[in-house]
This record gives sequence, C-alpha cells and structure tokens, in this order.
Amino acid sequence: MDKKRLVVIGNGMAPGRVLERLFEAAPDLYDVTIFNAEPRVNYDRIMLSPVLSGEKTYDDIIIHDETWYADREITLHRGKRVDEIDREQKRVVAADGTAAEYDTLLIATGSNPFVIPVPGHDLPGVVTYRDLEDVEAMIAAAKPGGRRAVVIGGGLLGLEAAAGLAARGMAVTVVHLADTLMERQLDPAAGYLLEKEVASRGITILTKANTEKILGDEHVTAVALKDGTTVLADLVVMAVGIRPAAALAKAAGLDVGRGIIVDDGLRTSDPSIFAVGECVEHRGACYGLVAPLYEMASVIADQLAGGNREYAGSVTSTKLKVTGIDLFSAGDFAEGDDREDIVLRDAALGVYKRVVLSENRVKGVVLYGDTADGAWYFQMLKDGTDVTELRDTLIFGQQYSGGAQLDPTAAVAALPADAEICGCNGICKSRIVDAIGEKSLKTIADVRTHTKASASCGSCTGLVEQLLTLTLGDAYNPLAVEPMCGCTNLGHDDVRRLIKVKGLKTIPAVMQELEWSTANGCAKCRPALNYYLVCDWPDEYADDYQSRFINERAHANIQKDGTYSVVPRMWGGQTSSKELRAIADVVDKYDIPTVKVTGGQRIDMLGIQKEDLPAVWADLGKAGFVSGHAYAKGLRTVKTCVGTDWCRFGTQDSTGLGVRIEKFMWGSWTPAKVKMGVSGCPRNCAEATCKDVGVVCVDSGYEIHYAGAAGLDIKGTEVLCIVKTEDEALETIVALVQMYREQGRYLERIYKWARRIGYDEVKRQIADDPARRKYYFDRFVFSQRFAQVDPWAERVEARENPAALPQQHAEYRPLADLSIREAAE
Amino acid sequence: MVPVGRLDDIVPLSGRCVKTAGGEIGVFRTADNRVFAIENRCPHKGGPLSEGIVHGTSVTCPLHNMVISLSSGAIEGPEEGGVKTIPCEVREGVIFLGLPAQKAA
Repeated sequence: MDKKRLVVIGNGMAPGRVLERLFEAAPDLYDVTIFNAEPRVNYDRIMLSPVLSGEKTYDDIIIHDETWYADREITLHRGKRVDEIDREQKRVVAADGTAAEYDTLLIATGSNPFVIPVPGHDLPGVVTYRDLEDVEAMIAAAKPGGRRAVVIGGGLLGLEAAAGLAARGMAVTVVHLADTLMERQLDPAAGYLLEKEVASRGITILTKANTEKILGDEHVTAVALKDGTTVLADLVVMAVGIRPAAALAKAAGLDVGRGIIVDDGLRTSDPSIFAVGECVEHRGACYGLVAPLYEMASVIADQLAGGNREYAGSVTSTKLKVTGIDLFSAGDFAEGDDREDIVLRDAALGVYKRVVLSENRVKGVVLYGDTADGAWYFQMLKDGTDVTELRDTLIFGQQYSGGAQLDPTAAVAALPADAEICGCNGICKSRIVDAIGEKSLKTIADVRTHTKASASCGSCTGLVEQLLTLTLGDAYNPLAVEPMCGCTNLGHDDVRRLIKVKGLKTIPAVMQELEWSTANGCAKCRPALNYYLVCDWPDEYADDYQSRFINERAHANIQKDGTYSVVPRMWGGQTSSKELRAIADVVDKYDIPTVKVTGGQRIDMLGIQKEDLPAVWADLGKAGFVSGHAYAKGLRTVKTCVGTDWCRFGTQDSTGLGVRIEKFMWGSWTPAKVKMGVSGCPRNCAEATCKDVGVVCVDSGYEIHYAGAAGLDIKGTEVLCIVKTEDEALETIVALVQMYREQGRYLERIYKWARRIGYDEVKRQIADDPARRKYYFDRFVFSQRFAQVDPWAERVEARENPAALPQQHAEYRPLADLSIREAAE
Repeated sequence: MVPVGRLDDIVPLSGRCVKTAGGEIGVFRTADNRVFAIENRCPHKGGPLSEGIVHGTSVTCPLHNMVISLSSGAIEGPEEGGVKTIPCEVREGVIFLGLPAQKAA
C-alpha cells in the first residue's frame, strides 16, 4: 500500500505531539514532510523560562532530536517558511521555492507575540518573548551584568521573563496595565501575594502603568508611561499576549476568525486540511497553554489514523514556572450571587487558597504557596463533581476530605483513570500506570523516558512517584522520596547533594542550612550526617564521636549484657603462632569467657568489660594487632583461600591479593559494612560470589564481582569486569568502593545501592571509563591519608597519657564509682 | 547530694555512667549544658543508656533504639513504661546527684 502524504506547516510542540501519537498508532500510514520556519528541531517551548534563567540549556529542552526524525523517515525542512498553500493542486510552497504535495495538510503555525504599536516599538533592544531567538537576545543583552530591563506585561510570560532576567543579574522593572499581576488567572489577593514575592526578589513592579512610548535613537534607552514616569532601559521585553498566526490560512481562503476556524474533528473549512495549536479557533476559543494543545493533538492523531475522536474544548489551568513560587489557578473566580467562596489564609506560611463554588460544584480555584492539591481541585472542576459531602473540609485539600486517611497515595489512588497527572505533556493517570506495567518501569527516570510525564517542569514528580508506589507496591523503593528521618523533609540523596553544593562542613551547619526541625537531630540522622561529612571532606571535617553509634565510639561491639567483643585484624585471614599466643594470653589474663571464629576468618573474644578494653588492646598491640573494625560501617574483612601458595587448583595468589586489598583499604568508612572475598579459582572456597565485593581468580586474570549479599537477603554477585593484573584489580575495586562511598545512602549496602543506580551505570563509570576510575581511585587514596589511624593504639596511648587524650581516656571509665565507698560505709 | 564529677568530664550530647551499690546511673549532658540523671537500664532489654546517642533531651538506647526522655525517664512513643529519674544539679561546675543511700550517711 502506498503511504499517504502528510505535510505539516510548523514544528512546535503541538504538531510534534500529533506526530508522536500518530506514529505510535499507525507507524506506516504516512510519509511526513515538515516545514519549520525556525532553524531547528522540536523543543519544549514552555521550558524557555528555565533556559533564560540559566537553570537549563537548549539541549535539555529538545523534545525530538535528529534521530527521532530519521527513525521515522520524516523530511524536515528547517528554516523554511511556507508562504503559499495551493488548495487546487494540494501543494505548499516555501519562500525559497521548496514545494511539497499533500494528501492531508496540517497547519500548526502557532501564534505571534502581540507588539503594542507605540512609538519606538521597532527600536533595537525591543524584543518579544516567544522563541529561542528571543531568549538568546535577552541573554546577550544581560551579559555585561547590572544593566536595566523593562518587561511590559505582568502576566505569566512577563513574570517568567522578569524572573529570568533578574536571575541573569539585570535590574528589572515590570510595567503592568491592570491593578494586580496575572489578573486573568489570579484574584486580587493572590495577585498581591505574588507581587510581594516578586518584589522581594528585587524586581520593581509598576501596576496601573500604561506604556506611552519607547524612547531611544539608535537603541532603546527608556520607556515612558502615560502618567509621566520614565523608566530607564537597555532592554525592553514585550510580553503582553499572543495572536493566532492565521494569515497563511486566510490567504488560502480558509475560514478565519481570530484564529483558523475548526470543527470538533479539528478540520478547517477544507476537509483535507487540519489545524492544531495556538493558531486555531475552536467554538470561539483560542488557547495559548500547552495542555489544550496536547488534547487537540491526540484528537488529530486519532483522526489521521482513521479514528473519529472529537475535541470538546478545554478547561485550562495555570502554573507559574518561576523557581520558588508555587501558584496554581484554574476556572472562573469572578464573584456573583450564585457563587460561594471558601478561603484559607496562613499569613506566616504565605499560603492562600480559594475555591469558588456554584451549586456545590467547583467553578474556580486559586492556590498560592501550597499547590499540592491543584490536580485534585482541577479534576473536580473538569468533572463537575458534586462536593456537598466534602464541603466542610474541601479547603484543606484531599488528604483531609471525607475523613480520608493520611496515606498520601490514597489521594492518587482515588483519581480516575483519565485524570491528568502531567499538565505539561498531557499525560493522564492510566497512561502512566499502563506504561509502568507494560514496560516494567521502576523509577521516576524510567517513567520520564517512556511517557514524558514529569519530564518538563517537574511539578508533578510527587504524583508520579505516588503512582509508582501504588502500582509497584514494595517493589518501588520509597527511599527515593522518603525523608532521612523525622527531623527533615529531605531524603538522603538531597542531603548529600546539598552538603557538597553548599559546602557544608559541620553537622550544625547542615542542620541550620537545610532547616532541620530539631535542635540537634536524632539517632537516625546524626550518624548519617557524620558519615557524609567524613566522606565528603576527609581533610577538613572533625569527626563527631557523639554522632556515632556506641560500637564505633568504643571501637568494639556491644553485646546484649553491655559487655563488648573484640576482633583484631588478621590480614586476609592469615595468622601466626605469635598472634595466637598473644590472643591466648589475653583471654587468660582478662578471663574472657568466649572465643569464637567468625565468618570473616577472624577470632572474636566476647564478654569483655568496657573498662578492660584499653588494656586488652595494649596487650594485643604488643603482638602487632590493630583494630579489625568488626564494629564499623567500613571495610570489615577480606576473606581469602590459600591460592597458588598451596592449592593444586589455585590460579593466582589469592591470599596475597586479599592481604594487599585489606592493607590498602582498612580504616575507610563506608555507608554500610563492606565485606570482601578473594578466591584463587572458580571453585570459590573464599565464597567471593556472595560478598559486597569479591574477586574470583582465573588463569587469564581476575574476575571482579560485587553486589552480593548473604544476610537478610541472599544474592549472588554481579560481574563488573575481568582484568589482567593485580594492579588493575586493586584499582577497579578501590574505585568501585569510592563510587559507593560517594553515592550510597547511610546503611545502604552495596547490593542495594547498585540495584538502585543500575549495574550498567556502575559498569560505565568503573569498568568502561578509565579516567573516571582513576578519579575515584585518587579520591579514595586522598581520603585514606586521614583514615588509616589505628583507633586501638590511640586509646592505648590515652590510657598511658590521660592528660593528652582526656576524652579517649574518659570514654572507657565510669564518671564515678560509688559502689565501693557505699559498701565500705 | 553527692558530687560525682565535673560538668567538663561529660562531653556535650553524651552520657557517662556512675556505679552505685543500687545499680548504675546514667548522667547526661545536653547541647545546652543541662545535666540529667536516670537509671542506666533501658526498660526494654536492660541496655546501658549512657552509651546511647543523646539528642535534644532524649537518649536512644544503643541496643534496640528505644528512645527515653531524660527529663521524665519515660519511653517516648507508643510503648508504656520508663526508668527512674535521679535528682541532679550542677553547682560551680560540679555535678551532684541526690542518692538515698548517701543522704542516710
């Protein structure tokens, strides 16, 4: 079957979405040719504000890259503006003469920014805010910092432009005609809060300000207002609205009102021509927000694929994409006799919520400061839900309504299948849930990749995470969003990131800067923070012993009766008669009740009184023993077999490698304990394939294993790579552990960390990228300079010289012993 | 009241134990230099509370993470129960405990 020819005029988000949906539904139906007046691929226009403010780059906001077009064999004419549609011949012609014939034509010419025709509007330095060229012009104007910008228009676009320019260092004035900002979307109260917030960022707001003319000779110098005020300006941004771009359609003889008039099937007055997006007028309405455009796009894709879906118009909602301002509005909130208002204000928190009801149905909603329930109200508004039952608690949001439970996923569970989750990309709940099931998605990143939900502005990330939780249950790792503990709302990853970004180097600094809700944390967060700081600032951070668990403070393992156990280090599990004799002597001298061989090839002495610990260590130290760190979230043991030294099957010196690894890595702190093993041949006597990190020696070299578990969970290791030499094996293992040290969450074992970030990612960074591997290796080596101090020797020294190390001395002694005195009395 | 040591002998946000004929007492110093004394035996499984992590005016037991209020001796959370508190004060940098046996002496 011959493919039909589809020609598209325009390459913005709306036609991009049409094609995406069309190729999903009917990949082989059309040969597609696109004419794009802009010289580029399809990018996310609603993300221009973050590009302007510098939070994103152009590359970040590309929706379809070159490959996407190539894979679908789409002809994309870039930088070619169509200036004629010949409906008789069914062909379009671009300005440079490029022509294409169509069976079906899709017009998506979008809109043009409205320029107020005041004197001076065409001066250099006056720009609109519409596409990437405008953004580039604005960024260029902002470059020598501290220059002045005037934004005409205090609506959505104008405020985003103002915030972006302010972020670029310009002094910005917003000139707005109405009494309050965003008056079409906000009521005066929310407009006031918004004005206060915007002003607090150093942006000057002039309301009731009517522009008379723009001044300047060769370049703009100022804006003159009708009330006589003059505002100096090096850059003027006009952001006063948009007009559908319908001239081309009009010239072709199609019916045009404000925009190109379409029916419910989104066909124009010529049945072989569709129109979509901002250029369209449907039932008298024109739309400038992305959600309705995407709704239209789905309908057209369905029509093109032979379906008969229809478009019934859209109810729109608005969000402001300025970092730190939470604002949501939808529907109509004009006052009237049949209207009732429910209002909640919390001045201290800067929260304002207003829900407008008519006949017990939501007609409008304005949320400022707390927009979490926006989607919920919006859904009820679109559905015309009767809220009589909910009225009493409606304003408090979904969690409190109808006596509902505080489980946050309950709210999302209650949403209907067609509820919109991602407004930017028009993704509804069922689409996300289906994708999670069909494609076995596990993470937010997966969902973004496969559905685009939460991939744009990200404000629906929370909802998407809840859908993951709902759909996957325990299989979704809720730690991704779970706060570290009750003292903060931040998760481990955010805390780790912020420690580095903000250069926080003490626990009090972390708690202050990240707004901990408790004075000095709790037993959950303090040890985690102490580890993160030790790991990130090895040379600068002073270890806080009061934030370590008793085992790491006492350098021994507390037992159920309050006594301790002591495990000296035996490198690679090897010992000697001298060492064994010293252990025997210590056991006798201190009357140690139990001696036990451990799973990590060490000897454990159990039942030692705390006060005896320094003396026990002093005796062990004389025989050359150091701490075995059997109590540490750190490197514990490297278990080995006898390898080529003795074994008739051994392929490499496994004992030697084990000792070498242990001597290199002892003393390092890690998110959770790290146990290793080195086996001399695949018979694997050292059981290396269930360790955190393992090596299996083979004739040709060393198989590096990791992410095994043999505790609460049982899991065989993953093979990271095979290397040829001992040196390479050491470098690989050290780099792997350092990557884990820098990324792992406190108490998260290697196998959980690796599963969370992906085995491919570990392989990419450690096995496949020598520079990256070296980077991690060097950082570990640096950190070890401060970590390889034997804590036992230090405490033995304190025992001999209490004045020099009072704290280490005091740690093992009671504050006072009154029992003897009392007994004597 | 019996002197048991100096305030400086206890690092802020930590505890130390005092042995008496009637059992151990945990003495704790908070970040804002207040001192509390409680029975040094967790009501859960008898863990030595003076070895726990101190936060706010609470201590978390080192054995099973039971959280005990230093001021009231009560378990924080849904469980019932608690430990005895011991009268305690700091005068001129010296910590005094109110011990019944010593009062008699």
